[in-house]
Amino acid sequence: MAILELKDMCCYFGGLKAVDKFNTKIKKGELVGLIGPNGAGKTTVFNVITGIYPPTSGEIFFQGEHIGGLPSHKITKKGIVRTFQNIRIFPTLTVLENIIIAYHFRAHYSILSGILRDGNFHQEEEEMSKKAMELLHLFDLHTYYKNPAGSLPYGEQRKLEIARALATEPEIVLLDEPAAGMNPYETIKLMELIKQVKGKYNLTIFLIEHHMQFVMGICERIMVMDFGVQIAKGTPLEIQKNPKVIRAYLGE
Amino acid sequence: MKIIKNIFNLIKGYYKFILITALIYLLFQIFNGSIPIAPRLLTRYYMQIIMFALINIIMTVSLNLINGFTGQFSIGHAGFMCIGAYTSAYFTTILFKAAEMAYFPQLALFIFSLIMGGLMAAFAGYLIGLPTLKLRGDYLAIVTLAFGEVIRSIVRSSDEIAAFLNQIGLVKFSETIAKISGPRGLSTIPNLSKFWLVYLITILSVIIMRNFIYSTHGRACLSIRENDVAAETMGIDTTRYKIIAFSLSAFFAGVGGGLFAHVLRFIHPNNFSFIKSIDYLIFLYAGGMGSITGSILAATGLTILPEFLRMINFQQWRMVVYPLLLIILMLRKPSGIFGNREFSFLIPKRKEAS
Repeated sequence: MAILELKDMCCYFGGLKAVDKFNTKIKKGELVGLIGPNGAGKTTVFNVITGIYPPTSGEIFFQGEHIGGLPSHKITKKGIVRTFQNIRIFPTLTVLENIIIAYHFRAHYSILSGILRDGNFHQEEEEMSKKAMELLHLFDLHTYYKNPAGSLPYGEQRKLEIARALATEPEIVLLDEPAAGMNPYETIKLMELIKQVKGKYNLTIFLIEHHMQFVMGICERIMVMDFGVQIAKGTPLEIQKNPKVIRAYLGE
Repeated sequence: MKIIKNIFNLIKGYYKFILITALIYLLFQIFNGSIPIAPRLLTRYYMQIIMFALINIIMTVSLNLINGFTGQFSIGHAGFMCIGAYTSAYFTTILFKAAEMAYFPQLALFIFSLIMGGLMAAFAGYLIGLPTLKLRGDYLAIVTLAFGEVIRSIVRSSDEIAAFLNQIGLVKFSETIAKISGPRGLSTIPNLSKFWLVYLITILSVIIMRNFIYSTHGRACLSIRENDVAAETMGIDTTRYKIIAFSLSAFFAGVGGGLFAHVLRFIHPNNFSFIKSIDYLIFLYAGGMGSITGSILAATGLTILPEFLRMINFQQWRMVVYPLLLIILMLRKPSGIFGNREFSFLIPKRKEAS
């Protein structure tokens, strides 16, 4: 069964068809890429799936459950999490706090417990710190744990955002241009990291990327969008040879 | 055994805090003549100013919850204070005559009235929070500003409201409303805000707000300030937490208002005008957004400064020095005296994993 299924999903802004009749099925454990020229509507697809915009029409199913139009935080709780094209970490909070915030919706202690700082509070806070530090170790960010997240180098901030997304313990991760602004060395490192994490947590990954080497190297399946419409799908090899894709990227 | 252990842990976590606050209290007691080992430097007048400073600490720290920690922009804080002041004064002055009561029932009634004042203010905060917290920045500021003025206007037109209620037959209710005597001000409020009580409530309020901020719920608020879209995708119900921050902040503003009413012993809607809200904003910005330490120091300093200038006969320059200091501060240190740093004894210890 598909873990994520989009059926004729549309998102219009007035007369602009940002996404028009988008259909796809993503199976559990797949690593799927979404590519397309600038302004093709890729990020809008992500925004609609994660509830930042409601779909104009069409349906979104996650593990067989209808999730179209739910607010973002509920979608995250169901197990879909994303990163952003322009990094959105919490800059003045520490690296550790950035991760711990992702555990918030799994915390059980009440506001009153927090104010009284009782046993529940200490126990859960300790667990959260411990889990967060483990994750930071995995991403090799633990040396920064006390620093404000905004003071990290760019590449590390990207990594932190991915780490924070994983901290929500998702089923599927949507990565919006994870390698943007990274140098070739960092990009290769990131590719390895994504593969490693995917295996470790048994994740499904759906990513947008412009870096072709990255996409072709990592994705099992690729979809291509242009002007809000899906124009091709297939394996990396098929996509490279597809005349429609070449036309979209290079023109006639 | 477990309870004893818990209490022990609680004290252990706060011992520095308790030590510092107890020391400050002792100093006040020595200098206001309660403990006769030093000359009485603090007259009743000065003690009153110090109580206003303490109330301003509650007000500024609670405003910090919304503006500094949750990153929303509210400028109607005096409105919540007004609700708290009138509600608590209603209980101690109109409904019951606290002045004629024995000591302990009086104290109990006063504390009850403060809590009611806080709850009423929190309810108001919740009500305006519901429809408006989808607004951001300037738009929210305008709504909160209007809210503060609406509250003030409602209280000021209590006579008209009473007359209207009388007309539609709610005579008893109308009589109660008439007793608020909005345009003339409510006087004969009993002198219930004793120094020790104001001091204790200030400390408790600050601790409660601090503990809130350093819990997962407080961090949810911080994440809204940092980036609300990211906070939402981290599974945080941002609307809910904005409302919680607003209600909690309003609650303490209401308590502060209740204390204020019983220090001043005469309240008038004009005490809670827009200017008052701006005062708290100034304290907040001067101290530093997102710093409890900054709020405490700025609220104390800027409450005492004008009086100090009056004391050294600088009175006519008071309104020049005060704004000038603020301008210099904003030019030299726009993030406020403390930025978002804290005194270490105000930050709860966090067990560090490595």
